[in-house]
Amino acid sequence: MKALENFVENLEPKFVKGGKWEKMHPLYETLATFLFTPKHTTQKGAHIRDGVDLKRTMFTVIIALIPALLFGIYNTGHWHYSIMADFDPATYGAYADYMAGFGDKVLYGLGKVLPLIIVSYAVGLGVEFIFGFMRGHSLHEGFLVTGMLIPLIMPADIPLWMVAVGTAFAVLMGKEVFGGTGMNVVNIALLTRAFLFFAYPTKMSGDIVWKSGTADLLAKNGGMMPDGVSGATALGDLATFTGDSPTVAGQILSADMSHAELLSHFEKAYDPIEAVIGMMPGSIGETSFIAIMMGAAILLFTGVASWRIILSFFAGGFIFGLLMNGLGHNAYQELPAYYHLIIGGFAFGAVFMATDPVTAAQTNVGKLWYGFLGGMFVILLRVLNPAYPEGVMLAILLMNVTAPIIDHVVVQRNIARRTKRLKTA
Amino acid sequence: MPNTVKLKKGLDIKLLGEADQVIIEAKKPTVVAIKPTDFHGLNPKVVIKEGEEVKRGQVFMYDKNNESVKFASPVNGTLTEIVRGEKRKILAIKINVLDKDDCEQVNVGDLASMSREQVKQVLLDGGMWPFLKQRPLDKIANPEVTPKAIFISSFDSAPLAPDYDFIMHDQGAFFQKGIDAIAKLTDGKVHLTLNGDQTADATFTNAKNVQINTIFGKHPAGNVGTQIHHFDPINKGEFVFTINPIDVVIIGKFFTDGKFDSSRIVALTGSEAKNRKYYKTIIGAQVSSIIDGNMEEGNVRVISGNALTGDNVGKDGFLGYYSSQITLLPEGNHLKFFLTKGWLGLGFDKYSSHRLFPTWITPNSKKRLDTNLNGEERGFVVTGEMEKVFPFDILPMYLIKAIIVNDIEKMEQLGIYEVAPEDFALCEYVCTSKIEIQDIVRKGLDVIEEECM
Repeated sequence: MKALENFVENLEPKFVKGGKWEKMHPLYETLATFLFTPKHTTQKGAHIRDGVDLKRTMFTVIIALIPALLFGIYNTGHWHYSIMADFDPATYGAYADYMAGFGDKVLYGLGKVLPLIIVSYAVGLGVEFIFGFMRGHSLHEGFLVTGMLIPLIMPADIPLWMVAVGTAFAVLMGKEVFGGTGMNVVNIALLTRAFLFFAYPTKMSGDIVWKSGTADLLAKNGGMMPDGVSGATALGDLATFTGDSPTVAGQILSADMSHAELLSHFEKAYDPIEAVIGMMPGSIGETSFIAIMMGAAILLFTGVASWRIILSFFAGGFIFGLLMNGLGHNAYQELPAYYHLIIGGFAFGAVFMATDPVTAAQTNVGKLWYGFLGGMFVILLRVLNPAYPEGVMLAILLMNVTAPIIDHVVVQRNIARRTKRLKTA
Repeated sequence: MPNTVKLKKGLDIKLLGEADQVIIEAKKPTVVAIKPTDFHGLNPKVVIKEGEEVKRGQVFMYDKNNESVKFASPVNGTLTEIVRGEKRKILAIKINVLDKDDCEQVNVGDLASMSREQVKQVLLDGGMWPFLKQRPLDKIANPEVTPKAIFISSFDSAPLAPDYDFIMHDQGAFFQKGIDAIAKLTDGKVHLTLNGDQTADATFTNAKNVQINTIFGKHPAGNVGTQIHHFDPINKGEFVFTINPIDVVIIGKFFTDGKFDSSRIVALTGSEAKNRKYYKTIIGAQVSSIIDGNMEEGNVRVISGNALTGDNVGKDGFLGYYSSQITLLPEGNHLKFFLTKGWLGLGFDKYSSHRLFPTWITPNSKKRLDTNLNGEERGFVVTGEMEKVFPFDILPMYLIKAIIVNDIEKMEQLGIYEVAPEDFALCEYVCTSKIEIQDIVRKGLDVIEEECM
C-alpha cells in the first residue's frame, strides 16, 4: 500500500502546473482521488467532518441498482429465448419455462446488457473528461450513477451507436452546458431516453424492441408475427384498450367486450404476481418491482434517497389511479390502481429517477408535492394519452422543470411567515 | 412566546475524550495574548507601547471603529510583542506575565441605584463590554443600541463541551449580580435557557430577574442562536445581546469589588489529550501551559474551543478570549486508500449522520475522529441533510445559496439577521459537498453589515 501511495505521490509533480503533463491534471486527480481519499484537512470552521463524501453516496446508489441490473440481465435472456420458442419450438421449446436454461439466459443477457453499460460509461465519461480538460477540473461523481441508469432504461435491442449518441447529447446539452455536476436542470439519464425516444422512435417503443431478437425473427417470417405472439409490453397492450382493436399478448380482442372482460384477459396475460417479480418484457431494469424495492430499501435505510419523494410519488400514482377508476370511461381507466405501480417503469422512476437530488425539489415540503404531482402525471399521461403508453419518463422530466417553481412557492411561504412575524411583533 | 421548546432536529456528535469533573490549577502561563481576531470586525488600537507594563484590569486596547469599546489586560505584565500579519493586521498582543499580581481597582458604585447609562459606562470603561455580543452580526455588542432582550444559555451542547453546571457551581451570588447588571441594559427580558434533558445547577435554577426557558434536544440546543430563534426571534432592525454565563460571573465579580477576575476554568478534551480535567488558568493563556505533557504523541491539532467552531491555534498558540475548552484531535493529513480507510472502506472508524458506515449500529459509542475532510469539495448536490440538523424555521440551503450569489434581499428574507456562523457548524459538519459553510455565513453577515446596518 505504501508503495502505491508513494507511486501516486511521486507522479503528482508531473501533472501540476509547469509539469510535463500539466494538461492531463484532471485525469490524474480523478484517478488519484479514486484510489486515495486525499490529504485535505479542514481549515476553517468545523474541524471534524462527516465521513460521507459524494463518492460513497453515489456508490451506494450503484449498489442499490444491482438487484435491478441482475434481474434485468436474466430477464433479457428469458424473453429472447421465449420469443425464439415461438418460432422454433424444437430447439427453444424447453426455454418457455421461466427458470429453464438459466445459464444460457444469463449469458445472452450479459451479452446484451454489458455492451450497453460499457458504451454508456465510455461515452459519458469521455465527454466529461473533455470538459474537465477544458475547465481544468477533475471529474465529479455525478455520472457514476447516470452511466448505470442509462442502460437500465433502454430496451435490450437498442443499437449501441444510438446509446452513444443519446448519452453524448444528454451529457453535453443537459449537463455540461449548464456547468457540470449539480447544475443540470433535468435528469441526464431520462434526457438520454427522451432524446432517443423522439429521435429514433422505432427503436424505443412499439412492440418489436422489448424482446431481444424480435426484429430479426420478424424479418425471417416475412414481416409477420405468428398468431398469439407479441413483443409488446403490458402498458403497450393497455394503450390499445382505448382503440378499436384491443390486444392482449398478441391476441386481438373485440372492442365490444366489457371493461371487466378486457381486464380479466389482461390480468391473465400479465399476472400481478409476475409483475411484482418482474417476469414481463420492458426496459432492462424496470420490470422487477421486488428488485427495485430492494434498491429502495438500501437507499432509504442509508438515507441517500428522500423518503418523501418516493412515498409521495407512489401515493400520487395510487390516488390518481383510484380517481381514474372512479371515472371508468374505458377499460384502461378501470385498471386497478395498484397495477399502475407495479407495471412499466413506475417503481424504477419513483426510486431512482425522481429522487435525483439535483433535479428534484430541494425543500422538504417541496419534495412531497414534487413526488405527488410526479406520480399523478404518470397516471394521467398513461391513461389519458394513449400515444405515450409509458408516462414515467415524461412525467419526471416535466416535474424536473417544475421543481424550481414548487421550491419557490415553499421558500416564499417561509419568507411570508417571517414577514408576518415582523408585523405582529 | 412559549418558554419550553423541544427540538426534533439536531445532532450530538459523540467524540472520545470528555474531561473528568475535577478542577486542577494549571501551570501559571508565562505569556498571555489577546487576539483581536477573536472579535470579528474589531479594528484594534493598542494604547501602550511594547516594553511597557500593564496592570490586570488596565485598559490597553480599544476598537477604532467604536472607541468606547475598550479591552482590559487579563494579567499584570509587560507588553512584549504585537504580532502582525498581512497588511500589518494585528494578530495578537503578547503580554509577559509578572510574578506579582497588581490589579487595577475601579469604584463601581452601587448597582441597584445605577441608571442604564451608568452601568454601560462602567462596563465599557472597565473593559468588560467585549463579553457582550450582539445579534445580528455576531460580534461585540454595539453600545449605541438598546437590545430588545439579552440571552444567556446555561449549557453548551457542542461536542465535549465543558459542563457549565460544574464550572459555575457555587458562583450563584456573582452570577446574580452579573445578571442584575446586564439586565439594566435592556428594556426587555434577560432570558436564561436551561437544558431540559438534565437538572441544572442551583446557580441557574435560583437565578432571579430573568425569564427562565427550557429547551430539550440535541446540539445545537445549547447554542444561544437556537434559543433566540425559538423564544424571541430577531426581526430586521432589532438587536439581541448574548453573553456566556461564565462571563456573567466575571461581570458580577467586577460589580462586587471593582476588579477584573480574568481567571478561566478550561476543559482539556479530545481523544489526543491525556489527563483530561478542568484546568484553572487565565483568559488568553498560552495553551502550552496546559497541554505540555498532556498530549499524545504524533500529529495533533490544538483547538481553542470545540471541534465544530473552535480555532486551530497550534501548540504554541493562545486560548481564545471566549474559550473555556481546549480540544486535541488527531490531524488527518494523510492519504486514505479507498478500500481500507477511504470512501469504499467498511468504515468502522467513520461516523456519519447518514447510515452509510456500519458505525450507525452503535450510535452512542464515542469516536476518535480526525481532521481529514473525508472527501473533496463538490458542487452543492445532496439536499435535505442540513435540514435534519438545523433546528431553525430557516431554509439553510437557500440562505447559503443567497449568500453565495450575494443576493442581499433574499438573505434578509431568509433570516440572515438571526444566525451566526456557529449555528451552521452542524450543517458544515454533515455537508457531503465539503463546503465551508460557516465561512460563507460570516461573509454574508459582513455584506449585510456593510450594506444594511
